[in-house]
Amino acid sequence: MQYRLNVNGTEHSVEVDPDTPLLWVLRDAMNLKGTKYGCGAGICGACTVHMDGEPVRSCLMTVSSLGTSKITTIEGIAKTPAGRRVQEAWLKVDVMQCGYCQPGQIMEATALLSHNAAPSDGDITTAMDSHICRCGTYTRIRQAIKLAAAKEA
Amino acid sequence: MLPTELQRVIEGVKAVHPTRRTVLVASAAAGGALMVGWYAFAKDQTRDDGKLNAFVTIAPDNTITIMAKNPEVGQGAKTALAMMIAEELDADWSHVLIAQADLDTTVFKGQYAGGSMMTPENYLPMRQVGAATRALLVKAAAKKWSVAESECTTSKSVVYHGASHKSARYGELAAAASRFEAPDAKTLVLKDPKTFTIIGEPTVGIDSARLVKGAPLYGIDVTLPGMLYAVFQKCPVFGGKVRNANLDAIKKMPGVKAAFVIEGGSKEVFEAEGGTVSSGLLPGVAVVATSWWQADKARKALQVVWDEGPYATTSTESLAKEAEALFLKPATLSLRNTGDADSALKIAAKTVEARYDYPFVAHVTLEPQNCTARVANGKAELWAPTQLPESGRGLVAHTLGMDVKDIIVHMTRSGGGFGRRLMNDYMVEAAWISKTVGAPVKLVWSRADDIGHDFYRPGGWHQIKAGLDKDGKPVAWKHHFVSFGKDKKFASCAGMSPDSYPAGRIPNMIYDASLIQTGIPMGPLRAPGENALVWVFQSFIDELAHAAGKDPMEFQLELLGKDEKLPGRGDGLSTGRSRGVLEKVRQMSGWGRALPPRTGLGVAFAYCHLGYAAEVAEVSVAKDGVLTIHKIWSAVDVGRQIVNPMGAENQCQGGIVDALSHALNQKITFANGRTVQTNFDSHMPVTMHQVPPMEIAFVLSDNSPTGLGEPVFPPVIPAVTNAIFAATGKRVRSLPIDEKTLAV
Repeated sequence: MQYRLNVNGTEHSVEVDPDTPLLWVLRDAMNLKGTKYGCGAGICGACTVHMDGEPVRSCLMTVSSLGTSKITTIEGIAKTPAGRRVQEAWLKVDVMQCGYCQPGQIMEATALLSHNAAPSDGDITTAMDSHICRCGTYTRIRQAIKLAAAKEA
Repeated sequence: MLPTELQRVIEGVKAVHPTRRTVLVASAAAGGALMVGWYAFAKDQTRDDGKLNAFVTIAPDNTITIMAKNPEVGQGAKTALAMMIAEELDADWSHVLIAQADLDTTVFKGQYAGGSMMTPENYLPMRQVGAATRALLVKAAAKKWSVAESECTTSKSVVYHGASHKSARYGELAAAASRFEAPDAKTLVLKDPKTFTIIGEPTVGIDSARLVKGAPLYGIDVTLPGMLYAVFQKCPVFGGKVRNANLDAIKKMPGVKAAFVIEGGSKEVFEAEGGTVSSGLLPGVAVVATSWWQADKARKALQVVWDEGPYATTSTESLAKEAEALFLKPATLSLRNTGDADSALKIAAKTVEARYDYPFVAHVTLEPQNCTARVANGKAELWAPTQLPESGRGLVAHTLGMDVKDIIVHMTRSGGGFGRRLMNDYMVEAAWISKTVGAPVKLVWSRADDIGHDFYRPGGWHQIKAGLDKDGKPVAWKHHFVSFGKDKKFASCAGMSPDSYPAGRIPNMIYDASLIQTGIPMGPLRAPGENALVWVFQSFIDELAHAAGKDPMEFQLELLGKDEKLPGRGDGLSTGRSRGVLEKVRQMSGWGRALPPRTGLGVAFAYCHLGYAAEVAEVSVAKDGVLTIHKIWSAVDVGRQIVNPMGAENQCQGGIVDALSHALNQKITFANGRTVQTNFDSHMPVTMHQVPPMEIAFVLSDNSPTGLGEPVFPPVIPAVTNAIFAATGKRVRSLPIDEKTLAV
């Protein structure tokens, strides 16, 4: 089936089966490889993208359910002020070890800061707790979110 | 893993390719080679392109490209190894680019990520490469200015001649410098570490700026023209084979290009050590399609009739029952027998006895196993996230009947390794499938494939009895370890060293073992062996301290005794360095201070992979058993120099968090010969709410720098469970910690 998708502010046309998860549409049909496959079950958060500004697990969203939603991925998040600040903070703190989960973490953190300019430690834990970092960079993730929030203030 | 043990993993494929050791011998014997330390640089006299050697190329614009020889799995090798070269090269780091080298061990020697060996193995040779490269640039400048080389100095990619106020950027000199022969390693003068400007500076990872933007650097991101996507369904029962499958129905599904049975094989070479299951190409059904989603969807419709083989009744319960039975029999393996433990136990003033057990654990790298392969016309090209590419190439060569020289291996970034990617089963699967369909193929495992077909950290059971004299000094230790293996040989990473601490510190000791034979694949997981054994030993030492009525920290320091090196693995445990980290962590944690009710401090230490770490945990346990870890302090001695403090701190935090996943969450179980868990929900690494504040300090002892991937992990779990005992009087003797057992 042919689908028209709005991804990172541009209309794209893709030819995929209707039950194809957005994750695989992005990765294999559109060659946007920043969104990662980790569990395929919405558990790990590596595939997090924004749908109309809200974080969603792209491994659980079928392409046929997207309608006219605006999708933003890690490749497009720098266009938002919060996204750019989060990426800069991630780099400054050098959160990464293997880095594989970080696109999902950055998307979640950006959504958090878009709603809550000065999150408490508790707010950060609540927002980020559904993301796995197998390397264990949680301390730096917290630190980077605080740094990004401070820049906003 | 210590070097010899890593060597054993590498030599697991020795029948089919030269080992690192033989390569080293061969290159040392190569007459006329230009050696810089380990490295022989082939010389092309007509060269004038700024490529000064295999590692360093300098462009006219002063950009310096340094080759990263080792795979990057998140341990920071790509950045840290280049820092070592750049330091002695006196490079301007802001103009340094780092490129990942392909597998070529004749040029780059050891190319692997494992055993915390990156720093100890490369710290000197990489600096020598940098110094040798710098010498060529100085020579070019001196020649150009007709001055003595000794009068030239360098700084930030510029050569200076002070007396004549001349200077030249490396970029201007590189073409001329690349014509010179490499200098003799003996003539190289390395820097005084006090003058370092790059080594020791907190340095952001070279790929970090790209990673935060989602750059496609991982194996799973590789795309080739005309590439198809594959999944591979192996028998869920370890050791099983395919009888038949509904291939005709699968071939009709949307997007499916091919579906076929792979018989597997190469068992004679790749039989898992001490086990009976191949770690090479296993039997299964491959499904190839135009997209991964279509391939995986078709796989879900697969109906395979399996021959489940000899291990179809294995379960966690059956293994525990076997262990129980083995404890009732005499042990079959004697690992250590010093003094007379039985007699000493009889006359001891006090004896303490306990059983410990821990489960199997899976690696669950966040990037599932994957490989992209293009096999055609007798040649193969592979793109793989691998910790041990040389072994992967050997496996492919052997299984496909190829020569290693016809196989190119590109090392991609790995989304985690933790020892899983020392095995390269996914590489040979991808190569076989590509060869069969005659097209480039990207094989991606599902998470269920990954958890169900791991080389697990083996579980184990321990029964220990120890005796104290009237002064509370341990005088005897008798230990029966029930583990896995075949005949008298431990399965991979299921062994216990006869020198396991406190060996050498208690006069009468017996370390015995009995082995269960099983088809479950086992292998190295971060701090192999020690990740579980240190918990057992350090917990039981804590039990002895309490039985002796002594403070556990004091008891540990007393037991270490005089400063010396104990015989054993690696370099041998230094009691002095062990004491150093314990004393540091005692001070950091405020050991001995008053604490609220049901709150406690616990301490443990380990010597592991040439490094020393001591940790203190502060925990409290609510009356309903809910455990809160308030903080973990970690004192770490990996020698006199931390190469990249930015990455080093991250590695330490990661090691602590990884150990907490074992302590709190992770347990692989088996039923009907297969793994029960299929995704993270039932094998969860810790997430943010379980991560306590951590404080890490490096004790800079006057020893060669060693690695950090592993040493920080082992003391974490016993520090936590010893703290639980201090808080509650309840001893955790089974992992993961079950909070229900801690309730009042």
